[in-house]
Amino acid sequence: MKKIQILLLSIWATAGFTSIAYAQEASTLDAKVNAVFASVTGPFVSLIFAPFPGTSFPWIVMWLVVAASIFTIYFGVVQFRFFGHAISLVKGDYSDPNDAGEVSHFQALATALSGTVGLGNIAGVAVAVGIGGPGATFWMILAGLMGMASKFTECTLGVKYRNEYEDGTVSGGPMYYISKGFKELGLPGGKALAVVFSVFCILGALGGGNMFQANQAHAQISGIFGDYPGWITGVIFAAVVFAVIVGGIKSIAQVTEKVVPFMGILYVGAALIILLVNYDKIGWAFGQIFSGAFTGLGVAGGFVGALIQGFKRAAFSNEAGVGSAAIAHSAVRTKEPITEGVVSLLEPFIDTVVICTMTALVITISGQLIADPVSGHFVLNEAGTAIKTIGDTSGVSLTSAAFGSTISWFPYVLAIAVVLFAFSTMISWSYYGLKSWTYLFGEGKAKELTFKIIFCIFVVIGAAANLGPVIDFSDAAIFAMAVVNIFCLYFLMKLVKKELNSYSSRLLSGEIKKFKG
Amino acid sequence: MVTKLVIGLDGHGSGERALAYAQKMAELIGNTELLVVYVLEWSPYSFQTPEENAERHKRREEEISTAMQRVVDPAVEKLKNAGLTARGIVRHGDVARTINAISEEEEAEQIIVCRSSEGGLSQRIFGSATSHLVMSASVPVTVVG
Repeated sequence: MKKIQILLLSIWATAGFTSIAYAQEASTLDAKVNAVFASVTGPFVSLIFAPFPGTSFPWIVMWLVVAASIFTIYFGVVQFRFFGHAISLVKGDYSDPNDAGEVSHFQALATALSGTVGLGNIAGVAVAVGIGGPGATFWMILAGLMGMASKFTECTLGVKYRNEYEDGTVSGGPMYYISKGFKELGLPGGKALAVVFSVFCILGALGGGNMFQANQAHAQISGIFGDYPGWITGVIFAAVVFAVIVGGIKSIAQVTEKVVPFMGILYVGAALIILLVNYDKIGWAFGQIFSGAFTGLGVAGGFVGALIQGFKRAAFSNEAGVGSAAIAHSAVRTKEPITEGVVSLLEPFIDTVVICTMTALVITISGQLIADPVSGHFVLNEAGTAIKTIGDTSGVSLTSAAFGSTISWFPYVLAIAVVLFAFSTMISWSYYGLKSWTYLFGEGKAKELTFKIIFCIFVVIGAAANLGPVIDFSDAAIFAMAVVNIFCLYFLMKLVKKELNSYSSRLLSGEIKKFKG
Repeated sequence: MVTKLVIGLDGHGSGERALAYAQKMAELIGNTELLVVYVLEWSPYSFQTPEENAERHKRREEEISTAMQRVVDPAVEKLKNAGLTARGIVRHGDVARTINAISEEEEAEQIIVCRSSEGGLSQRIFGSATSHLVMSASVPVTVVG
């Protein structure tokens, strides 16, 4: 354990000091941060995204798809059978009034959603559609629907095996269910796997939960106010994050937590307005999505490219199988762990099936993707890596341009939304990372502060680096979590099945009663 | 048969008047049980950070024990000293709805509350718990001025 600690600290210290040293040459700082970052993370990224020999299909994508399919079959399409029940639980129909004041199902869902709904839905989808074409949306929706079963499995376990401390606080997540669950089943290696998961979760928190957010927030702000060095945005963001997670200024976090859901509603509302205005093109857009899913329509990598992009971005956006949501959901003090799993299956639905699809439809309908007027196929950019867009936009700027083509002032609202989404995702992930950190090194003020400071340094690095290396590292770190988590879920899923069978039979027999409604 | 009376307190001085009136009623009726209720305003639909969620159970316990010690226990003590049967209940939720729900669960005959002590702008905007209770309660409500 000590060795891991020293290794991790030295890597982060090097990265931190490197960025400080380069601060003296501010003009080229971004470029240097980018070069150092890309070279440090390269091997890790290559390993995670290694294709099957002789193909261009990354093994990790197959890993996620197979897992989601197995969970879907093993739990008898739980995501559809219990969809209505999930809504009743969130509405509080089954909540005992004597438990009022505890974290409600709604609150747990909202907290977990504010960690996942964010840039993945805005920028990630644009990346998927930009590279894989509208057809990527089809695979994204499919991955979202199946990912609901993965989420159900991990969140049930998260609540069942969390730690409850004497002072009434709780800690939960994959590291706890892996070590406790394996012990219960008499399997070896639970503790070691939990440690590996925690290391990846810390990397994921610094990557997707931090650098990617800072990076895209900077892209959005500089898109409106003109280009300026990314580290400036990084320092400002880092200062605010520092104020919240180290300074304990809860009011900032509380304001964000309250504003983010409204931003989410506003975003979907704006997307719906754009779809209504262009109602005549909706049929065509769906046609593009379906036909593109199987033919590729001239996108980079053909139909496999669309599939890979769709699955990748769905997983990155809804985090099903990654294990992060299990950390967020484990705070609920329900008597039945299965209810939290059932509620959590709504998460990939809202995140991917609803919000991501909205973004994809708006981008497709907006005509930002340039198609050949004769063949109807999309035109690739000069490098042949993505579809050519008007103004050569990608990521969040592509989404912004797509919304802006119908509602001219929306990019300003989107900029605010992106900054807030980025911020709330950072706050959520700082908690996930911290929980993994304390799992590895133990609780304690000094240890927690060390992680929080590292987290803030990475905000600056993320804002200064280019999108390419950041998105690669973010994906790789988050998917590395899924490698360990899903591997363990295969062993632990029978424990969930036992809970599910017992719960459904009691629900049918009327032993579990509604308190209202 | 025991007649149950629910007394809703709001933690302000005006609650004393509701208590005094309930005591008078109890003495007139005879065989009564007085339920001293204090509701901590709370919504299951608010938004919280992961850290707040993790600490929620601890906070809830603290909130309940503080309310018990500062508001409910002294009131129950006072009623007991006057030779009456009394019990305290602290619960989280919407004030009007929760007081009504407790009255239904306990099959109380009457709810006694004081006139809302909050005034001015906030009452104009958000309305008062007392008036919501009067509008929605399923048992008779006595509002003490």
